[in-house]
Amino acid sequence: MMLLETTKLTRAYGGVVAVSQVDFQVREGLITGLIGPNGAGKTTLFNNMTGLDTPTSGKVYFKGADITNRSAHKICRMGIARTFQNIRLFKELSVLENVMVGLHFKTGKSSTTGRVMAAFLSYLKVVDEYELMNESAIKWLEFFQLESLKDELAKNLPYGHQRELEIARALATDPTILFLDEPAAGMNPSETDSLMKTIRRIRDLGITVVLIEHDMKLVMNICDTITVLNYGQNIAQGTPAEIRHNPKVVEAYLGKEET
Amino acid sequence: MFNFILLILIYTAIFALMAIGQNLITGYVGLLSLTQAGFFAIGSYVTAILSVTYGWNFWLTVPMAALISSFFGLLIGLPTLRLKGDYLAIATLGFGEIVRNILNNWDSLTNGPMGIQRIPMISLFGIQISPYKKWGFLVLVWIFVLVAYFLFDRLAKSRLGRALEAIREDEIAASSMGINVTRYKVWAFILGAAVAGVAGSLQAEFILSVTPGAFTFMVSIMVLCMVVLGGMGNFKAVILGAFIIQFISYFPQLVGLSNVIPPQFKQILFGLILVVMMIWRPQGILGREKRSAPRRLFRSGGDV
Ligand SMILES: Nc1ncnc2c1ncn2[C@@H]1O[C@H](COP(=O)(O)OP(=O)(O)OP(=O)(O)O)[C@@H](O)[C@H]1O
Ligand SMILES: [Mg+2]
Repeated sequence: MMLLETTKLTRAYGGVVAVSQVDFQVREGLITGLIGPNGAGKTTLFNNMTGLDTPTSGKVYFKGADITNRSAHKICRMGIARTFQNIRLFKELSVLENVMVGLHFKTGKSSTTGRVMAAFLSYLKVVDEYELMNESAIKWLEFFQLESLKDELAKNLPYGHQRELEIARALATDPTILFLDEPAAGMNPSETDSLMKTIRRIRDLGITVVLIEHDMKLVMNICDTITVLNYGQNIAQGTPAEIRHNPKVVEAYLGKEET
Repeated sequence: MFNFILLILIYTAIFALMAIGQNLITGYVGLLSLTQAGFFAIGSYVTAILSVTYGWNFWLTVPMAALISSFFGLLIGLPTLRLKGDYLAIATLGFGEIVRNILNNWDSLTNGPMGIQRIPMISLFGIQISPYKKWGFLVLVWIFVLVAYFLFDRLAKSRLGRALEAIREDEIAASSMGINVTRYKVWAFILGAAVAGVAGSLQAEFILSVTPGAFTFMVSIMVLCMVVLGGMGNFKAVILGAFIIQFISYFPQLVGLSNVIPPQFKQILFGLILVVMMIWRPQGILGREKRSAPRRLFRSGGDV
């Protein structure tokens, strides 16, 4: 069984069919790439799998459960986390606080008492709770070597660090799957290099990674399997080697770039 | 003169309670809602009706005022959730006016435009806290402010406060982090309404009567001014804002110029304050309080 899959997923905005009849599959433990030219529908597909958008038709299954119309916060709580193409950090909050938001619902859940009671207890135990969250947040910052910046406001971080912080925040929700929408966008080659290592380290934590990326070197290097979208349609999937030599892909995508 | 300053301080406290609620909604969640006049009115009338018509003790009417206001907070919060900015402001302003119209016209319950008079005074352990003895009343209202400040400030420093701030910063990212945006927004409305309802109870006891005319949308505007002026997202700041706005609005009387300066001057001035602050100091006088580790309340031998 696939960890996550869509069946005949379609999303139309009026006349524009952004995603059309897409069957997309994510196998547990692998790094899956999602590529395609600008406007191919990659982000739209992500949004429809993470509850930020609702498909016009088709289904999304996660661990066999239909999550098609579920709201974003519920999908996150099931173990699907994501980052955004146009970074969406909590700009006026500190680096540390951004990661703590990621820990929010897990901290609440640890209580077995009723919801109201849990809220009340967490109110009485503000300090204990803070210390607990602080500790795990720092661990995630250390994963990205951002701990020395923990008190900076998120908006003051350099671009590359903002991308990393967004990933740290997503990881704090303790996901099974992590969706990354163009994590290398705007990064210089050395930052991209370290991102590549980071993504492998995330995979080694047992987290399944799905990434949208235009940087072909990165995609071909780290992805175990790649799906190609073009004009909203799934035109190919396979290993990097297969994709590289797929004539349809070369025509639609690589061809344009390499000639 | 001295009595007049006490009066200003009492009104500061009553409005500070509303400003504390407004701060949760506007300063934390970032919603421009203008409902406080409506909840203030509801709280006042709950205390007036329960104590005059049904003979309840003031202390029992306070939780009822909070409860009934919160219920209306829930009612107004749910349908307006999808509205943002100006649209939310207009919709919520409408709510206050609806409340005032109902109070004006539901004669059998509210006695219409005449309002309800002769509200019994507060008594505590057999001591009467009369609005004529301003010191006692002053202490009472400021105790309410301190309690509200403590409760709301703690809440804001907890993970719930952080979730509210995340919603303000980016709703989409917040929901993708597992935060139930709808639920938290409604909770902010409920709590903001509850504390404004309590302010209403105190107002009723201070004037010893209630009339619908006292709850115009100017009240909501004043409360918003207090938050913007003091500093959004800072509970101490909005109490300071409450004092400054009350001081300004009683200034003509304080210096004996109320004949010279027309009452409209206040409205113009509040509008001006909002505009000037938005342009030159959008963070308010004190600015947003930086989120930091909450301190322990009780620690044996340690710092408190
Ligand atoms: N909310 C929307 N309303 C209308 N059209 C939209 C909306 N979102 C996306 N589209 C359209 O859907 C198509 C796919 O957009 P999408 O953002 O998914 O592409 P993408 O593959 O992520 O592209 P890029 O590589 O540039 O990020 C585009 O033609 C876009 O204009
Ligand atoms: Mg995109």
